[in-house]
Amino acid sequence: MTELVSGTGEPTAAGPVPAAPGAEPSVARVSQWTDIRHRFFANKLAVVGLVIIFLLVLVALFAPLLAPHDPLKQDLTQTLQSPGSAHWLGTDALGRDQLSRLIYGSRIAVIVGLASILVAVVIGVALGALAGYYGRWVDTVIMRVADVFFAFPLLIGAIVIILLMGRGVLPVVLSLAIFSWATFARLLRSQVLSVREMDYVHAAKALGAGQGRIIRKHILPNSLTSVLVYATSNVGIAIVAEASLSYLGVGVDPEVAEWGNMISAGRNFMGVKDFMWTYPSLAIVITALGFILLGNGLRDALDPKMR
Amino acid sequence: MGRYVVRRLGQLVIVVLGATMVLFACLFVLPGDPVGQIAGSDKARDPAVIEQLHKQYGLDKPLVVQYGTYVGKLVTGDLGTDYTQSRPVTEILGPKLENTAKLAVAAIVIDIVIGISVGVLAAMRRYSIWDVSATFITTLAIGVPSIVLGMIMQRVFVIELDWFPLIAGDSFEGIILPAFTLAIIDAALVAQLARSTMLEVLRADYVKTAVAKGLPRRTVLTRHIMRNSVIPVVTYLGISFGTLLGGAIITETIFNWNGIGLALIQAIQQNNNPIIVGVVTISVAVFVVLNLVVDLLYAALDPRIRLA
Repeated sequence: MTELVSGTGEPTAAGPVPAAPGAEPSVARVSQWTDIRHRFFANKLAVVGLVIIFLLVLVALFAPLLAPHDPLKQDLTQTLQSPGSAHWLGTDALGRDQLSRLIYGSRIAVIVGLASILVAVVIGVALGALAGYYGRWVDTVIMRVADVFFAFPLLIGAIVIILLMGRGVLPVVLSLAIFSWATFARLLRSQVLSVREMDYVHAAKALGAGQGRIIRKHILPNSLTSVLVYATSNVGIAIVAEASLSYLGVGVDPEVAEWGNMISAGRNFMGVKDFMWTYPSLAIVITALGFILLGNGLRDALDPKMR
Repeated sequence: MGRYVVRRLGQLVIVVLGATMVLFACLFVLPGDPVGQIAGSDKARDPAVIEQLHKQYGLDKPLVVQYGTYVGKLVTGDLGTDYTQSRPVTEILGPKLENTAKLAVAAIVIDIVIGISVGVLAAMRRYSIWDVSATFITTLAIGVPSIVLGMIMQRVFVIELDWFPLIAGDSFEGIILPAFTLAIIDAALVAQLARSTMLEVLRADYVKTAVAKGLPRRTVLTRHIMRNSVIPVVTYLGISFGTLLGGAIITETIFNWNGIGLALIQAIQQNNNPIIVGVVTISVAVFVVLNLVVDLLYAALDPRIRLA
């Protein structure tokens, strides 16, 4: 019975199903997702973003196969070598292979970027949905707590948590998540508030669907597109924040192969050994652009009105 | 309106209190005894001296009492005494906050000048070569984070051309590079925002009416188009200004600009908790106050918005 109002919740755009089973395929209904996919792939910049992210993930997954050397192995006879045939991107002050460090650095970027935003989305979506759906004191308490976390600039808040937990990948992930969830909670709450009054939700209620079912089956799926768009752009922001923290000396451990660490190490050789910081800088810029392009592409494909 | 302001101020106090509580809980259970740093190296430590210092800084009391004392002082504008110089935190951070404010103002001015003019030009000449290149360059600019942009700026203008000092300090010529480093990303975002709101406003009925009744182009532009497209830009700039005032940690560190962001990083290296707490408290307070100001400004600019 609830099938009547289930699914995407959109009043099915396709209209009546063709009467004859053998009708022309050209009038067959185009599902919402096919439509979105077409819009996404028609956007060249979005595809560029997708390719960049795809390559980044591949490099991160296959880092041990791609890296020519151990990223942590020091060779004190080969320090500060300029790029050449033995070390394509040169070596650092401890003789570690820069290319291998760059390749392994993609792992930290991908892990921290995805994990921190995933945690933030889970917390933010759950609390935002509760606040938006139940309203009243639940709403007040959750949103005031969100306000507190929202009042910290991301880097400053993250530094506080890292000072407490010590340096490392996990503290960085958690600290970024702790100061990112509030935005998702606000976003989801406002979405829920508008979706809650839609006809199909009233219909589901009238048909006797429970609150849990309404939240899970109707309100969440319809609120999630904007969360997806926002999360994608935020992964890029989290990766940049992570590199910034490491650059400042409050991120992952300094010996870890990580882009911010590499730039920081190169800072002392600026003008002398510029290759030390230019390549990791390029990696960060390309990654950040990839997520921006992908996020913009998703936004335009999912909701042409948001353009 | 009056009631709205009062309610928002009430919320603001709750937020700042909540934030200091989070902060206090975090920083005062930190591993490592800050007093050890003042008392000298491990060997030289005299238990009596340690105890004396603990008493002096109130560290012998329970955490709740310490927090109470801290908040009590905070209300009167006292951020405590720092560990390394034994001077009041406000006295140390005051001039640094001033430097950060100078930097923030410089960056916002650049944002407004570059961002709005590029955005408006792009919208007026939509799909022209100017518009397309503006879109391209702004997208690229948003993708270049401060760590990278700051390094490039320093490499080119300090190391290569030697136009600016390596240690910016708080000098006049030192402010230019960090200000541009901070401004470029925001200027790009402002340009995109200004362009899209302009395009929206240009299509609006009241603009068509204004043109149809024969108003001069300049009047339509200043009185109808600009006034309406400025609102989202002002909101964005206000929030951005709040973030900048809260300490541009990366940029200040790269250029050695003597602001609260650099002070925070130095305090972390010295385990100087009162300074850390001071900087974070200031940046949170500035941010929430600025947000309130932006909301009020928003209502002042757009008579359709009624605050309740």
